[in-house]
Amino acid sequence: MASIFRTLADLWSLVVGLGITGKEFCKPGVTVHYPRAEVTPEAAASFRGPIELIGLDKDPAKPKCIACMLCVSACPSNCIAVTRAPTPKPTPEELKAMAEAEARGEKPKKPAPPKAPGTWTYDFSLCSLCGSCVEVCPVDSIGFSHDIYMVGTRREDFVFDQLARLARKAAARKAEPKKAAPEAASAPAPAPETAATPASEA
Amino acid sequence: MNATISFDSVLHVVLALVGVAVFVGLNGLLLVYAERKVAGFIQRRPGPYEVGPQGILQAVADALKLIGKQLVRPDRADPLLFWMAPVLAFFPVLLLFLPIPFSPLLTGWDVNLGLLLILAFAGFNVLALLLAGWGSNNKYGLLGAARAVAQSVAYEIPLLLAVLAIAFQEGTLSLSAIVGGQGGMPWQWNIAVQPLAFLIFFVSALGETNRAPFDLPEAESELTAGFHTEYSGMGFGMFFLAEYANMIVACSVCTVLFLGGWKGPFLDGAWWFLAKVYGLLLTMMWFRWTYPRVRFDQLLNLNWRWLLPLGVLNLLATAFVMKL
Repeated sequence: MASIFRTLADLWSLVVGLGITGKEFCKPGVTVHYPRAEVTPEAAASFRGPIELIGLDKDPAKPKCIACMLCVSACPSNCIAVTRAPTPKPTPEELKAMAEAEARGEKPKKPAPPKAPGTWTYDFSLCSLCGSCVEVCPVDSIGFSHDIYMVGTRREDFVFDQLARLARKAAARKAEPKKAAPEAASAPAPAPETAATPASEA
Repeated sequence: MNATISFDSVLHVVLALVGVAVFVGLNGLLLVYAERKVAGFIQRRPGPYEVGPQGILQAVADALKLIGKQLVRPDRADPLLFWMAPVLAFFPVLLLFLPIPFSPLLTGWDVNLGLLLILAFAGFNVLALLLAGWGSNNKYGLLGAARAVAQSVAYEIPLLLAVLAIAFQEGTLSLSAIVGGQGGMPWQWNIAVQPLAFLIFFVSALGETNRAPFDLPEAESELTAGFHTEYSGMGFGMFFLAEYANMIVACSVCTVLFLGGWKGPFLDGAWWFLAKVYGLLLTMMWFRWTYPRVRFDQLLNLNWRWLLPLGVLNLLATAFVMKL
């Protein structure tokens, strides 16, 4: 008997469902009729474009990347290739210090390789935009770009040197900071780093 | 009925059938467009947009494409059953429109057993679906057909019980007389007296017409396209038209039985009838884009454990009240 009443009470959820779809029906559509309508920065902000590196706050031309290679192993399509920056040659002072340490019978302190990428290439023609790399990156150095107008005629056009791309973008932003700043502020992107790279500068 | 069939009455029925065929064809186009627009708006999309202003010619373009396509019969399918099924699905539906009173003057064939005629010929639809599924030599088709039969046979019973409650109350099976027994104001309609019967009728009608959330015979995610998996071109087109025609019939009967037919608060006429029918059709579309498809055991549970006992109780109560 109780189950009967509960079932009848649960019927109310059907009305709730109709209310939700009814309300959505009355709201205006969200589709942008491109190319008849222009894509607003707000609409472009939700677009998952090819991934890009995110620069340091202090030096936007340098990525936050620490070359940990997590993205390389997380990528299901093997479209990311990262190499570490080469270890800098020890300076004469360091060489001297190492030789002294060896003479004392201690372990010589060798310079560690820098925590930065040497090359960072990305093959967009293989990428499925799954976002695994964005998710796995421990320093939030990878984000989706919002480049909605990207075209190319050759396969090589879609293999990006991301370090060069980041430097180019940073230089372009430096060149016209006044135009870029309000545009970035108006785009309601989830992360401030992605908002700082508007699509118009691709 | 008269033993002598005059030339005039035959001509009247033939003309009515032609009119009904036109009505069904135009409404098929209209409803396909409406359905896609409703789906679009509910999902905040524009729906069909490119063909004609606001996409109003999209349904016409689709119809022309369907007509132009090649008719393919799968190897080792039964040719007779395979081609009979779409014909059998579509043409009996035209008959269902004959006794429906669009207005006092606009009734194809005012028979005193109109309700019975509709219920009897509506049964052909099940047979057509069964033939289609069986004749196409396809496992999805057969599964869809089996589901269609189990579902339609089950949902016919509560549907009948709801219809019977109204027939008991009005003491007639003539649709015109049932409309005549109701008033123009909404509280004078049968839905005010028999809300439960209306609910049972509408839910059973959804089941009978294989509409979501009861569209198991053609469940896309499980059965490709169910009974019409193997049909292309106008073979599929006929099933499609028949489905929409069946929806219109179900909503028309619902309007006649429960919503006062062509009567309204002012200016009685066919416009009231059509407005109510389209209102119900829109509700059906609204349901489709709101509710997920039920599982088969849920479908049968709902029928046998809820609608059927409720229908019987409602019928008994009606009979009891009428006896008093």
